[in-house]
Amino acid sequence: MELKRVVVTGLGALTPIGNTVSEYWNGLINGVSGAAPITHFDAEKFKTRFACEVKNFDPTQFMDRKDVRKLDPFVHYALASTEEAVRDAGLDFEKLDTNRIGVIWGSGIGGLKTFLDEVSNFAKGDGTPRYNPFFIPKMILDICPGHISMRYGLHGLNFSTVSACASSTHALIDSLNYIRTGYADIIISGGSEAIINEAGIGGFNAMHALSTRNDDPATASRPFDNDRDGFVAGEGSGTIILESLEHAKARGAKIYAELIGGGMSADAHHITASHPEGLGARLAMTNAIKDAKISNENIDYINVHGTSTPVGDISESKAILDHFGEHAYDLNISSTKSMTGHLLGAAGAVESIASILAIRNGIVPPTINHFTDDPNLDSKLNFTFNKPQNKTVNYALSNTFGFGGHNASVIFTKYEE
Amino acid sequence: MSDIASRVKAIIVEKLGVDESEVTPEASFTNDLGADSLDTVELIMEFEKEFNVAIPDDQAETISTVGQAVAYLEKNVN
Repeated sequence: MELKRVVVTGLGALTPIGNTVSEYWNGLINGVSGAAPITHFDAEKFKTRFACEVKNFDPTQFMDRKDVRKLDPFVHYALASTEEAVRDAGLDFEKLDTNRIGVIWGSGIGGLKTFLDEVSNFAKGDGTPRYNPFFIPKMILDICPGHISMRYGLHGLNFSTVSACASSTHALIDSLNYIRTGYADIIISGGSEAIINEAGIGGFNAMHALSTRNDDPATASRPFDNDRDGFVAGEGSGTIILESLEHAKARGAKIYAELIGGGMSADAHHITASHPEGLGARLAMTNAIKDAKISNENIDYINVHGTSTPVGDISESKAILDHFGEHAYDLNISSTKSMTGHLLGAAGAVESIASILAIRNGIVPPTINHFTDDPNLDSKLNFTFNKPQNKTVNYALSNTFGFGGHNASVIFTKYEE
Repeated sequence: MSDIASRVKAIIVEKLGVDESEVTPEASFTNDLGADSLDTVELIMEFEKEFNVAIPDDQAETISTVGQAVAYLEKNVN
């Protein structure tokens, strides 16, 4: 069976450093940090009191007041970035076969705030259950692609992928496979997350996963720096419209890039720690390159998972060295989490957007907040520290790894006839 | 308008996102005010909370308009 080619025809982003794709990109190439003291709740007693929150976001610009109340923030964010992407792609659903347009959406957790609010409310009472009837349909994460389908009247395949911080990359890979095998013409894919609340920050704090650099939030996310002390929680949403090349051409769509491969693997090692030698990460990259039918030397840029945790950054750099050998020194590596924080289930989507725009604009966004080299990292690797670099990027690889040992990588390339 | 009626109206405006002028005594939650079955359950729960009463399910099923809600509450709220 001949596989169809799959291209990117629309982008939408709502991030801690910009509420549209162009604001996001400007933030990335200007090295803007999205970290600041937490405003979503009173974090005074928490070990970490800062995060990368989405700023100046008004959900009523995207839905009516009644829906704002009935939807969790992770769905508000998704509807906002999806509106931008649908407009960007010029999709007129009245003229398209909506039975062949689907939604595959990732989130690590889903409606954590809704769960927290409802259970807290119950715990404060006398034991009489007084759960809001919208509790469950507001919380479950698959409600998000459900809402996207209802908003636009899309009857094609519709579900969520869950693999913690790899969730939206798995969504992209599933979308790639369903389009290239002919099951759908267009899939609205991506992911969203909204866990900056008492449960999310408290839970990650308890694992010692978060940076506690409360005196200087803007430099707290410092992947590959010697003094990194954990990740910075982020939130937001990224939407990527994927479409078969023939369908995109037939409707005269703008084409950003081509999605040519995805690779997946499992560490089978530990619930939260990555494999010390990066075995799973390496296998995901190997599988992606094999799937894309290219060679290692083609890769110009890796948007790494690089969360700024002491262990994870080392194992990922080992995986890159092991997989790419000498070519590891020729390519650019950067962790845009140094600016956005870690968007967890939405990371794959927003970082894929960064990779697509790096290809399109010929600029590699930097890894900001580099102060001191880590002697455990190979200093010949080019982490694109502190400043963006102009570079022709023909092939970009984006890595994401999730708790549970889930690894997923995707490869985008410049579109050529 | 009674105190109960105005409080009922305020809840409906807030929960269903409708205009105050639409909330007439004859207005049906589902047919006129755009509520679905879950909205209706939520409204009943809000009435219970606001007026500190328990509305049994068999009674709740008889409340489908604004006027029915006000009448029920006027009869059952002390």
